[in-house]
Amino acid sequence: MLEARNLAYRYGKQHSWLFNDLDLRITPGEIVGLSGPSGRGKSTLAKLLAGYLPPGRGSVMVDGRPLPESGHCPVQLLFQHPELAVNPRWKAGDILAEAGPPDAALLRDLGIEPSWLARYPHELSGGELQRICLVRALAPRTRYLLCDEMTSMLDALTQASIWRTVLDIARSRELGLLVISHDQALLGKLCHRTVCYFQSDHRSSACFPAAKPSFVRKAFPVRRDSPAARTDTWAPPPPPA
Amino acid sequence: MLDIQNLSIRFTRYTFGLKKKEVCIVRSLDLSVSTGQVMAVIGQSGAGKSLLAHALLGILPRNARIEGRVFFKGQPLTPERQSAIRGREIALIPQSVTYLNPLLRVGVQVARAARLSGINQKDVPATVSRAFARYLLQKKVAAWFPFQLSGGMARRVLTATATVGMADLILADEPTSGLDPITAREALGHLRELANTGKAVLLITHDIETALQVADMVTVFCAGTTVEVARADDFKGLGHLRHPYTRALWAALPTNSFIGTMKPIERTSDTGGCPFRLCCNDQDAVCGQSVPELKQAGEGWVRCHHA
Amino acid sequence: MMTNFLVLDLRTRTMMVIFGCLLLFSGIFLGAWLYGEQGQTTNLPLRKLPPGWDRPFGTDWLGRDMFARTLKGLRISLEIGLAAATCSASIALVFGLAAATMGRLVDVVVTWLCDVGMATPHLVLLILISFACGGGAKGVIIAVAASHWPALTRVIRAEVMQLRTSDYIKLSRRLGRSSAWIARHHLLPHVAPQFLVGLLLLFPHAILHAAGLTFLGFGMSPHTPEIGTLLAESMRYLSTGMWWLAVAPGLTLVLSVMAFDVLGNNVRALLDPKTLRE
Repeated sequence: MLEARNLAYRYGKQHSWLFNDLDLRITPGEIVGLSGPSGRGKSTLAKLLAGYLPPGRGSVMVDGRPLPESGHCPVQLLFQHPELAVNPRWKAGDILAEAGPPDAALLRDLGIEPSWLARYPHELSGGELQRICLVRALAPRTRYLLCDEMTSMLDALTQASIWRTVLDIARSRELGLLVISHDQALLGKLCHRTVCYFQSDHRSSACFPAAKPSFVRKAFPVRRDSPAARTDTWAPPPPPA
Repeated sequence: MLDIQNLSIRFTRYTFGLKKKEVCIVRSLDLSVSTGQVMAVIGQSGAGKSLLAHALLGILPRNARIEGRVFFKGQPLTPERQSAIRGREIALIPQSVTYLNPLLRVGVQVARAARLSGINQKDVPATVSRAFARYLLQKKVAAWFPFQLSGGMARRVLTATATVGMADLILADEPTSGLDPITAREALGHLRELANTGKAVLLITHDIETALQVADMVTVFCAGTTVEVARADDFKGLGHLRHPYTRALWAALPTNSFIGTMKPIERTSDTGGCPFRLCCNDQDAVCGQSVPELKQAGEGWVRCHHA
Repeated sequence: MMTNFLVLDLRTRTMMVIFGCLLLFSGIFLGAWLYGEQGQTTNLPLRKLPPGWDRPFGTDWLGRDMFARTLKGLRISLEIGLAAATCSASIALVFGLAAATMGRLVDVVVTWLCDVGMATPHLVLLILISFACGGGAKGVIIAVAASHWPALTRVIRAEVMQLRTSDYIKLSRRLGRSSAWIARHHLLPHVAPQFLVGLLLLFPHAILHAAGLTFLGFGMSPHTPEIGTLLAESMRYLSTGMWWLAVAPGLTLVLSVMAFDVLGNNVRALLDPKTLRE
């Protein structure tokens, strides 16, 4: 289980806390949606969960142990802009190889043509590059995938076909998914449950828990053997002094 | 206002040493925008949508080669004419603040855009403050630097910069990317307003829902080709859409059935047949033989053998 | 010919320019070697000849062939430039990497040194160092090397810092790659072209400053036919109408400096993946 305990973060001491005392749990095979207005720390939360940033307070645990400092991290993050997540001097084939030899079946499932592998990132379209990043993130040791607006730069058809494949893989490999998006319809189609949080303004920084009822759509039936009751909420931080 | 016929854009790329390969990114692209209209251009990412804007402004990289006919206000758009009217009669609203000079105050940049568009030196301050007032930007914003702008404010500044002159054709490249829904709606509202004042607006986006909020007409790109031109109202249901790609795109929306089992469309496939046939459920022998012509269908156009 | 040249595609033109520059430099070395001692020997019957077919650069007041002397001078200039630019670029590489990777204190010190180096008037620094090192080739090289590293150091420091915070480097770490692997596969290939181009673009500075130092009398000894020496000597004869003594070496100096600049910019175009396939 991927678990965030009392997580809090701020950029530097002079800034106010972006979020505070945050608890989140994702079990293997579970797909959790996260929505909320932009600029309120959704992406920062994803970076904390994947170990890109050290938490200001609290901890991130995988199966009761903290995230490993070195070695392949079981939590992998996918970015909104894939062109920033790849070395612009590398060809797509080299980018894939960074996470170990790519799985041929995975390449086929995601519709990656062999000819793409000889291209530089700026010669691939956003959708093509995002697929490359996806294969890289889905290395065998990955167990949780955080998708930060992964398909918001892509057209509807590419978006749907990428998610179709990701959901298939997530189901067969029992991956836990966190889907961050501002698109409620998309979250509704994908997720077992959606965590939503809202800050009225940055001065009072009040958070209101607004967990939506979990729902599973017929279009993508996903096995779900995690407990029904969920308590993941965004607890309000202490009032300003 | 703008009429593009059979435009193609090719790139020559070096593979190894001095060996070259020509890649065709855009081919047989047709598009027209008239005064007072918002024409949305939607399509896959990488289908050549942004290249279209760059081609119209004449700012493609050096290894690009353009063929086809482009008419602006009835006259052919030659490279000389492009450099004369870009910024004056055709203006681009770019994607993000990174297109502004980070070291210059916002007001200075808007004033410069006004001067470059041919407004009299002494009228510039008045024009700039009108543009600021129109987009609800406070006077003090003129003294800010681009990094101080919030997402929505940056959009308004970019729009003000592009429209401060007398441009008749506005190109908006992904105007809502990275904006929350409220700010996005506001940015789109400004485009609608521009069209209502008699300008032609070309709205380039990957997001159908964005496009449908303000567009009159929608041009659908697939593999660098115009496959369908339809009225925005046609997107209310599957019944009025004529091309299988448009139908698939519509069906793939999360608000609809969210089905996307399509193979990715290889944009460099130069095999002669319909560019969409490999992904099409209705394909037959005819589709492999020739690229279908764009034919009129109702109030729109469609490029399909079976429409 | 000119139209043909313009019609050629970009990559061929870039390659030809690079090739042409390299040819020019090897020509200088080869020419200097072929002429041997000829430039040094006085030939009084042939003194003060203006440029002509057999002597393209004319002769000086001792009848020495100015073309031979210029070639020799350029060769010495290039050697000094190469040595100084390499030293300077190496210092920049070490300092830049150290500032970006070895923590705040090192960064503050290096940045401060950079600022000091850039704030001191170049020529004063050059003259001081060269004088303190006793002049000659050694003095010039040390002076030029010690005064030219700050600009490239800043570039390398900024590049490495920006790389270290980039998403793909952080991602590489989360994929389990070690710091050494990242340095070898991500940082090095990114910094190496910067280093090479920086080195090439340091060349013209080094050559010009070496010539300048010698011209002012703080560089090479007056017996070495360095370009600066040639120019300094020519001063005395300019008023007597021997214009070629200054013009010919001066022009060749400007030409070779420009050639290095062109070479640097073309190599950069070739190494950058964005322009690589254009």
